[in-house]
Amino acid sequence: MLLFKKRNQRDQQKNLRLQSVISRFMGNPLAVLGLILFSVILLATLSVGFFLDYEQSALAFNIPQRLVPPNGTNWFGTDEMGRDEFARILFGARYTLSVGFVSTLFAVIVGGIFGAVSGYFGGITDNIIMRIMEIMMCLPSMILAIAIVVALGGSILNMVVAVGISNVPKFARIVRSSVMGVRNTEYVQAAQIIGTPFIPLLFRHILRNCMGPVIVQATLIFAMSILSISSLSFLGLGIQAPTPEWGNMLSDGKDYMRGNAYLVLAPGLAIFFSIFSLNLIGDGLRDALDPRMDI
Amino acid sequence: MVKYIGKRMASLIVVILGVILIIYLIMYLLPGDVTQFILGTNYTEEGAESLRESLGLNRPFIIQYIHYVWGLLHGDFGISYVSKMPVRVQLFSRFPNTLILVSCSMILCVALSIPMGIYSAVKPKTFLSNLIQGLGMIGIALPSFWLGLMLILLFSVKLSWLPSLGSVSLKGIILPSITLCVSFMASTMRMMRSSMLEVLNQDYIRTARAKGANFREIIYHHAMKNSMLPVITMIGMNIGSQMGGSVLTESVFSYPGVGLLLMNSIASRDTPTILGCLVLMALSIGICNLVVDILMLYIDPRLKTLIIKGIG
Amino acid sequence: MMNKTTNEVLLQVENLQVSFFTPKGEVKAVNDIHYTLHYNEIMGIVGESGSGKTVEAFTLMGLLAPNGKIKEGRALFEGRDLLKFSEKEYINFRGKEAGIIFQNPMTSLNPVYTIGKQLKEVLFLHNKKIQKSEAEARVLDMLRQVGINQPEKRMKQYPHELSGGMRQRIMIAMGIINHPKLLIADEPTTALDVTIQAQILDLIRNIQKKTGMAVIFITHNLGVVAEICDKVTVMYAGHIVEQGKVRDVFYYTRHPYTRGLLESMPSLLTDTKEPLAMIQGSPVNLLELPEGCPFADRCKHCMEKCKRQKPPQTQFEEGHIAYCWLNHR
Repeated sequence: MLLFKKRNQRDQQKNLRLQSVISRFMGNPLAVLGLILFSVILLATLSVGFFLDYEQSALAFNIPQRLVPPNGTNWFGTDEMGRDEFARILFGARYTLSVGFVSTLFAVIVGGIFGAVSGYFGGITDNIIMRIMEIMMCLPSMILAIAIVVALGGSILNMVVAVGISNVPKFARIVRSSVMGVRNTEYVQAAQIIGTPFIPLLFRHILRNCMGPVIVQATLIFAMSILSISSLSFLGLGIQAPTPEWGNMLSDGKDYMRGNAYLVLAPGLAIFFSIFSLNLIGDGLRDALDPRMDI
Repeated sequence: MVKYIGKRMASLIVVILGVILIIYLIMYLLPGDVTQFILGTNYTEEGAESLRESLGLNRPFIIQYIHYVWGLLHGDFGISYVSKMPVRVQLFSRFPNTLILVSCSMILCVALSIPMGIYSAVKPKTFLSNLIQGLGMIGIALPSFWLGLMLILLFSVKLSWLPSLGSVSLKGIILPSITLCVSFMASTMRMMRSSMLEVLNQDYIRTARAKGANFREIIYHHAMKNSMLPVITMIGMNIGSQMGGSVLTESVFSYPGVGLLLMNSIASRDTPTILGCLVLMALSIGICNLVVDILMLYIDPRLKTLIIKGIG
Repeated sequence: MMNKTTNEVLLQVENLQVSFFTPKGEVKAVNDIHYTLHYNEIMGIVGESGSGKTVEAFTLMGLLAPNGKIKEGRALFEGRDLLKFSEKEYINFRGKEAGIIFQNPMTSLNPVYTIGKQLKEVLFLHNKKIQKSEAEARVLDMLRQVGINQPEKRMKQYPHELSGGMRQRIMIAMGIINHPKLLIADEPTTALDVTIQAQILDLIRNIQKKTGMAVIFITHNLGVVAEICDKVTVMYAGHIVEQGKVRDVFYYTRHPYTRGLLESMPSLLTDTKEPLAMIQGSPVNLLELPEGCPFADRCKHCMEKCKRQKPPQTQFEEGHIAYCWLNHR
């Protein structure tokens, strides 16, 4: 009964904390702007399949209609093959955003596992893992991604790995320090002495401790991943034409930009607003989770 | 002190060997038969076999790796499959160009971002400070290659003030440098700002006020040096990302640097050159990091003590 | 150089009120503080944390946080009102006419400059014409005065290379190097070991005797007050509860809060089997100060009247005052 009451109390406290984080986030106009922007982008991306046919509007050539400037039917104009730029941007978001998201998830999971193992076992294991992470940090993410994509080819799975892998060390570090911090706290040591199963306890505490920083970091990394993906595709190494992707649309459009500036304007702005909104959300989350703000 | 620097150099060597190993391993996995590519229409089984022999491709991976590193120590980056010239020759004709581009962009970045960061920390809530912060947020989110295209559109197509092709000349380097530095400028500025804000909250700033130091003296004398410490570390790390970013910038502007060489050799599947470009970039980043680390020793007296005590 | 007699007034604070404006409301940190400080005098300000003693001192030095506002009052320093000083006047005042020592010597020195440089700075700031060699000599002399051994070596060292006690000595040297008329010591010994504490107290007392400056000594430790102060102001929740000569306040205590503080002091003479007395309850919330006596909630002798009405000032021996309804029965 007492235990139940205690747990209930803890849940309540947790809810209270969550509420105050949410209210602080919502009190930050820039963060809310980011949330709205990103929701609009996400909603448009998710719903476009209901209104338009992918093959018809994003892939099929329509040469007579090529390079039409923006107008009532083609809001963002048409490209060199007569395809509607607006539809291609919306369908392109599917690739950019989902690859970005999955590669971030990849980095969180792989980094989390490495960090947890490293922090839990310590000693030589920790030393080896952290040395490898250090070496990876020394390689600029762009160069590593280029190397991987060049070697393995620009399939979607390879993109996920190429973009995600250089972010693994960042999450490994967060999780590692959190595991080490929790391991050394008195209550965990006490729990260990009285024989409470250690791993579940550790897991729960670690989750609670590093959830915040991981989410903040993941939001910002998501934004960076979008940039990396479109950079790779822009260089012709990532997702290949004719699949619509913001980076390769830019790359195609740049040959025509002297006469048709909208072909580089639209995909660029799409990339910009996705990154911008995610950064705003990430910054807002960081401020909202920062306990120093509590007076 | 000397011992520490020696230790740092030793660990740099280990890191660089690791980096080369990773790159080499990735390149080793490169699909497709190189011999077919090199021989083209002259392809015969025997020819391919002897070519493999002469390129050392039929030896085990680790031997090839050691062989490669051994070559590097002698300044030998291998022979380009395409031009049949030593990779070193191409690399060292391009490398100064990239170095110039990155330095220009670094100088631009530091010269603008640090004053802006300090201003927005010291005079918050003014119009200019809000403007700086807004620009910072936009700058971080701008894809550099797109910014490059936009600059070309504006300055070379519309206004025709500057060439759209990058080159090592006063006019030719302006647009590439701006393109390369904007996002770093934004992040350095934000770092400078937050670091300055944090330092201004420290007790020793209160002490400085209690001594009767005026605002200028507090900012330029007491807060400046302390708040620069994390910024310098960050700038050091940024040099690496700048090297990576130069690939994009150089291909937007067709600027004749290592990045463009890398993209060209990727297109022609010229593995030794690809490898050479990547290794050279990693090497210069490692050296930059070492220089920054040593520089920090002379700026932050606390580090010195840590090292003498053997903690560092 | 400052051979003024004790009875000349250096600082007169009247009716000082300071509030902080936070998102949660107005925090009334200092309410109606007044005292008179003479040359050659050490006044202790005692109270628990949050009683407004530090805020009061920072107000005098013009070091209030940006959200702190002086609502009322005067602080006449040789006839000039400190509270009306411009920032420029304060820059000439701080470090020259008044010095301050902070609580935490570990973080109060700039980590990237040498001790010598930081000390010389105080001289250069207030005297642009001073020669380098003269500054050096004065710094060395000052370091010797505050009991630093090997001053030539210390001058070239950085703060992190010195111990806490030594850093606090440096802070003291910094505070008095320009021979100020007033030294404010804000809990200068709290962060230090007990043995070092005694040395620092001795040092402050000796320097004060030698120079004839006035000292405001802020502490939560009545033992320290008994040791070095001439008079004492006891504060609670930003209010004065009792003020007077140390002897009067200690032996003829007129306020239950002061009595509580005295009783909660461990002493070698009391029976150790007796548990230490303590003051019940926790400090009052400065956001919602009660209508009556701020100490009413925690007072053993609390009466109906205490909760409704602020107690008036009662005068006892010369300069000994207290604010308590008990003195009005």
